[in-house]
Amino acid sequence: MTTVLIVVVVILAVAVVALAGARVWDHFRRPAAVQATSSRRILFPFVAGALSQRALDAALRLAKTEGATLVPVFLARVSLDLPLDSALPRQCSMAMPLLEAVEQRATEAGVPVDSRIDRGRNRRHALRQAIAQERYDRIVIAAASEGSPGFDAEDVAWLLEHAAGEIVVLRPSEDDQLTPGLRRTPARGPRQRGDVHGVSRAGETASSR
Amino acid sequence: MSNKGHHKIFLGMAAGVGKTYQMLREGQAEAENGRDVVIGYLEPHGRAETVAQAEGIETIPRRRVTYRDSVLEDMDLPGILRRRPELVLIDELAHTNAPGLDHVKRYEDDDDVLDAGIDVFSTVNVQHLESLNDQVAELTGIRVRETVPDAAVGAADEVVLIDITPQSLIERLVAGKVYPAERVPAALNNFFKVENLAALREVALRQVAEEVESKRIPVDGHGRPGDERLIDTAAPGAVGERLLALVTPSPRSQRVVRRAWRSAQRLGAELDILWVANHDANAEEQEQLDALRQLASVLGAHLLIEHGDDVAAVAQRVANDRGTTYVLIGTPEPRGALRRLTKPALPDRLLEALPGIDLRIVADRTKRMKGESA
Repeated sequence: MTTVLIVVVVILAVAVVALAGARVWDHFRRPAAVQATSSRRILFPFVAGALSQRALDAALRLAKTEGATLVPVFLARVSLDLPLDSALPRQCSMAMPLLEAVEQRATEAGVPVDSRIDRGRNRRHALRQAIAQERYDRIVIAAASEGSPGFDAEDVAWLLEHAAGEIVVLRPSEDDQLTPGLRRTPARGPRQRGDVHGVSRAGETASSR
Repeated sequence: MSNKGHHKIFLGMAAGVGKTYQMLREGQAEAENGRDVVIGYLEPHGRAETVAQAEGIETIPRRRVTYRDSVLEDMDLPGILRRRPELVLIDELAHTNAPGLDHVKRYEDDDDVLDAGIDVFSTVNVQHLESLNDQVAELTGIRVRETVPDAAVGAADEVVLIDITPQSLIERLVAGKVYPAERVPAALNNFFKVENLAALREVALRQVAEEVESKRIPVDGHGRPGDERLIDTAAPGAVGERLLALVTPSPRSQRVVRRAWRSAQRLGAELDILWVANHDANAEEQEQLDALRQLASVLGAHLLIEHGDDVAAVAQRVANDRGTTYVLIGTPEPRGALRRLTKPALPDRLLEALPGIDLRIVADRTKRMKGESA
């Protein structure tokens, strides 16, 4: 009888140890949860043909430092002869690889990401829709370099006037476009002065929902 | 047995592909075979090849209508019905008739001719199809005003695609075979760009593929004798693909939706996005659902929210209802040893619940890149 009891106890002990071991093993095997979103959010609007690596790097640095979620927003233009809620397959086929590229860079940097596509009649209208619909604490945008289709001075001025939260405007160099499918360029050295035009505004959270 | 005429439509991606020419050529062949063929309406646009192809076929004179002090010419529907040929060739199905005629649109005239038991050959460009109008406008930046309901094309007995490559069409245009020389530069700068034509060609090919799919072997028991054997051997859904992306209201799901949409684009398939909800969404989840709804809308996909505790069972029901051929899921979260022992993983349950449906697990490609560099 005693022998049977000892055997049962040993079997139970082995089972408990095995289960505990499996849990510990699972715990260490589980990848870091980069995807867990943070309550702080950095909005990063961009348009096709004007996704600045430098602006994205700046947004990722800020997000990493603050433990914030990066919210890349592709701004799509809906022509006047289409309903505003039209499906936009052609623009989406441009947006998808760009959003994938941003997400990969963000994941590499250990920053959670929550992508969006917002539509508008023009760039500024789409931007207005984005800031009206999204929750954010800060906006990072790349101003247009010469000949590029990014945000021009009027867009930036409009954003400063209408968007709450802190706004960081960067001036990209000419060869500063992020191309989907290409690996990251070597990390830059110390932050380059002169390319960041930080515009600090009221720091409160712009919760527009 | 219906006495309605047989309707054959020659569909093209744009003007100049040769729809009218092919219609006339087949009309000539019918006439040579002894059928009574007339031209109900022809718009040759001054193209010499088209005019030459029409020679020898009787033409019903156009009807003249006076409207606001000007005389307009259009197809003479009463004249065709009086003449009662066996086959009538009618160009430009989407045309809007002159005010005061029997019908507003030419496809309605076509219906009257068909109802009279006369066969009709007609032509239309893909951008005139009502359901494709918005899509074509987005693709090309040019909106076409004259449209024809999809049902009018869907009801045709045959739809034949007249297909040439965009490069060949541009060569025809440059050679003056489509428009007079003075209109060529403007056409090249606006509508006749390789990217526009390539997109339209893709739309036209898909449209005809869908027509073929919809007219595939009848499965409602009203097929002709001998069809049953064909039905038995035909793979269901052999042409039409439909994708179902399983998501949860979290940012990770956007990757699944993006990847699913790109696959759907390549396959020319519809995309459904499904969240199986086993609880009411909290504020954070509601925000993510709104984002998914917005994403689905801009992609032209359909977001479905179904309540249930068993994801595989609900996915099975939705897949059966919607004719899904592919299911895409994100990489499952690692599970504890105890859960692995007590319940099979979601991919296993889906494979069991969805026999004959492809299952794809969407990976995080960042991890592949890390693996490469390791």
